[in-house]
Amino acid sequence: MSIPASAAPRFPVKSVLVPTVFLVFLGACITTLSGDWSGLFSRAAVANMLAFFVSFFPPAGGVAFLQRVVAAAMETLAISLIGTLLAAIGGLALALPASGRSGKIAKALTRWVANVLRAVPELVWAAMIVVAAGLGPLAGTLALAIHTTGVLGRLFAESLENIAPEPYEALRRNGVSPMPAFWYATFPQVLPQLVSYTLYRWENNIRAAAVLGVVGAGGLGQMLYVHLSLFQVQEASTVLIAVVVLVGLVDAASNAARARLIR
Amino acid sequence: MHVSAFPASVTDSASDTLTDPMLSSLDGVRVSYAGGVAALDEVSLLFARGEQVAIIGPSGAGKTTLLHTLGCAIRPTAGRVRVLGRDPWAMPYKALHRLRSELFIAPQSPPLPPRQRVVNAVLAGRVPQWTTWNALKSLLHPLDAGAAHHALAHFRVEDKLFLRCDRLSGGERQRVGLARLLVSKARLLLLDEPVSALDPALAKSALETLQQEAFARGATLVVGLHAVDLALARFARLIGLRSGRVAFDLPRAKVTDALLAHLYGADLGVAFQEPPSTDDARLRVTRCL
Amino acid sequence: MSTVVRSVGPAPASLRDPSGPARIVWTIAAILILIPAAWLAEFNPATLMGEASLRATGQFLATFFPPALGLDFLELVARAAWKTVAIATVGTTLAVLIAIPFALIANRQLSVSALAEERMCFACAAVRTGVRWLLIALRTVPEIVWALLFVRAVGLGDAAGVIAIALTYGGMLGKVYMEILESNDARTTRALLVNGASRMQALLYGTLPVCLPELVSYTVYRWECAIRASVIMGFVGAGGLGMQMELSLKMFAGGEVLTMLAVFVALVWFADLVSAALRRWLG
Repeated sequence: MSIPASAAPRFPVKSVLVPTVFLVFLGACITTLSGDWSGLFSRAAVANMLAFFVSFFPPAGGVAFLQRVVAAAMETLAISLIGTLLAAIGGLALALPASGRSGKIAKALTRWVANVLRAVPELVWAAMIVVAAGLGPLAGTLALAIHTTGVLGRLFAESLENIAPEPYEALRRNGVSPMPAFWYATFPQVLPQLVSYTLYRWENNIRAAAVLGVVGAGGLGQMLYVHLSLFQVQEASTVLIAVVVLVGLVDAASNAARARLIR
Repeated sequence: MHVSAFPASVTDSASDTLTDPMLSSLDGVRVSYAGGVAALDEVSLLFARGEQVAIIGPSGAGKTTLLHTLGCAIRPTAGRVRVLGRDPWAMPYKALHRLRSELFIAPQSPPLPPRQRVVNAVLAGRVPQWTTWNALKSLLHPLDAGAAHHALAHFRVEDKLFLRCDRLSGGERQRVGLARLLVSKARLLLLDEPVSALDPALAKSALETLQQEAFARGATLVVGLHAVDLALARFARLIGLRSGRVAFDLPRAKVTDALLAHLYGADLGVAFQEPPSTDDARLRVTRCL
Repeated sequence: MSTVVRSVGPAPASLRDPSGPARIVWTIAAILILIPAAWLAEFNPATLMGEASLRATGQFLATFFPPALGLDFLELVARAAWKTVAIATVGTTLAVLIAIPFALIANRQLSVSALAEERMCFACAAVRTGVRWLLIALRTVPEIVWALLFVRAVGLGDAAGVIAIALTYGGMLGKVYMEILESNDARTTRALLVNGASRMQALLYGTLPVCLPELVSYTVYRWECAIRASVIMGFVGAGGLGMQMELSLKMFAGGEVLTMLAVFVALVWFADLVSAALRRWLG
């Protein structure tokens, strides 16, 4: 009894073709990468690297230095707060036309703007803004605000599109102008989601704010960059610990706030 | 062209000199779905100022469509509409917007945002009378909580004043929707199944309140009702709608059981029970907002 | 106002808004937090509008147009973009290799010692917890910081980027693999373990067949993120498109930056397409 054609094992395309293609691709990538890879894994190099990382301990202390670390942490926190807040406002302003309330052209235009703002990473924005606004936290705040406006604009627009239209329509039919109708009907419906998205972005932005300093936008990132450049690794280590603690705190705060929102 | 059933003097569209400048009417109105199915077909009705009318008929008869057409929410495919003496579709947009603030459409399911507090949901009925700035201020701190409380008290839900709308039962939400009407200044009240979620005693008392309010304002009241007994008990004039056409338009006394049986067909028994829950059918007709 | 005749009883003495006081408190708190924060962030739009700043911005923006389109330059950019893809790919592959053992060790389902008493032996639990914490540490430190560190450790260039991605994404993938494996229905695996299968066998025959599509899907998604991350890391010297962009920015060659930005956006968009198609096809 022969196996019917439909049950005959087919050539396992997925399980053979995919790994093969992937390996070829990987090989091409590896050959492209320059650098002395064999030298990288030589005894001396590995020993060097280990020594480098070991030199991070113990982290530097000292009251004056710690005060500066805390100040930088506050600065980073402020950058993330103000940047995210500005982005929430800007995002809502973008989202209103982007959800189609003001016609197709406005929708397409604002969506395109949001995509552009999103596509450029915060760091690149910061690097460019530093030229215009000078070194310091302002550049970081603006970079975060601009990038996050694109992100939140898109998320908010989707929220606005997904809510039930009846409350808004009922008010409009009874003679309420679009703006008050938005605040009375649409906004209460969509507010929990807006806040949730904003808090979620804050978690991302505190990490971003910490690293923006690398291009001179202030906060812990700038401190880290400076100390690393001067090979003051123990000070850098303290700053790193501060980053981890700060990120952890913000994550916890954001999660707690979002949990309260659900109730 | 459709020959109107009404005396020419009343439907003279060339001028605004009607016998009653606050007249609302439908004249040969047809409202069609995109597929060609007619939600309303050759409907001609007249509503004088201050009249109180009940519209009855089986589900799908077109009560909702009729109320929305009268309320300038749906533009008829054919025929003329007159709202409070004016043709809404011949006006500039701003004038239409102002006209809308003089009417009040209460949809079948109360359009209350779930997380909004009752006080703001009710005061939303007052927003057309406020400036935008005052409307926004009221969201932060209610400008006239007393009025909202007073309106809610008429329907015995005043204790829910500061609760969120999603914490209310279906009947309470319906009453909050009616309270919104009380704080508005509308002179044409179009209510779609306003008491469907209330028990008979409460429904009767709520309807009584609404009618007294309409009378006090001199407003025209048009109510779509599923419960025929309620319509017969409380309204002097009944309009029967079936499959988008007017089956009859009579004073209460002249509405016989035979007429009702013909209107509802096999559904007569259903007409005296709880209405089935219907979502607002989304009509694919020209909507102009 | 309503003029209904029927009395509804006297209005209550005061209609105090119960959320009134709370709102005031929150508003004050917000002001107390935001004003110092704005000061700390040096958020003073006035400085941006100042004349010197506007001039500098204007001049800077002017350099952006026209975008640099010389053939030599475009070839350079193309090569840098390809480098970035290479860094991302090799980095992600290494990350997968790191993540797999960690996910396996930390996976509670494969714990033989837990079978008997529903509780793991202390040492096993300790190892698992330790691994979980290690994964968290790898994840919390932002990628660019790793890039910075490795640039210092191994010098400028691609290697730093590859290692940085491998470590951070190793942590991320490890955690997600663990979650995917654990969210799997444990009964199949358990049945295999109880009947004497080794951990590896239980994995291959029990958990893996079910979880593989999801694992692959997430990995492809991470690869797409890695491309973006590689560009960012390039800014601190870890090679690829990012490093080129930083050079051009330092030289105020706005036209070159604009071209590279456009290439970056196109690259990310393309990677998004490929990733989505792959995930659909494999999933």
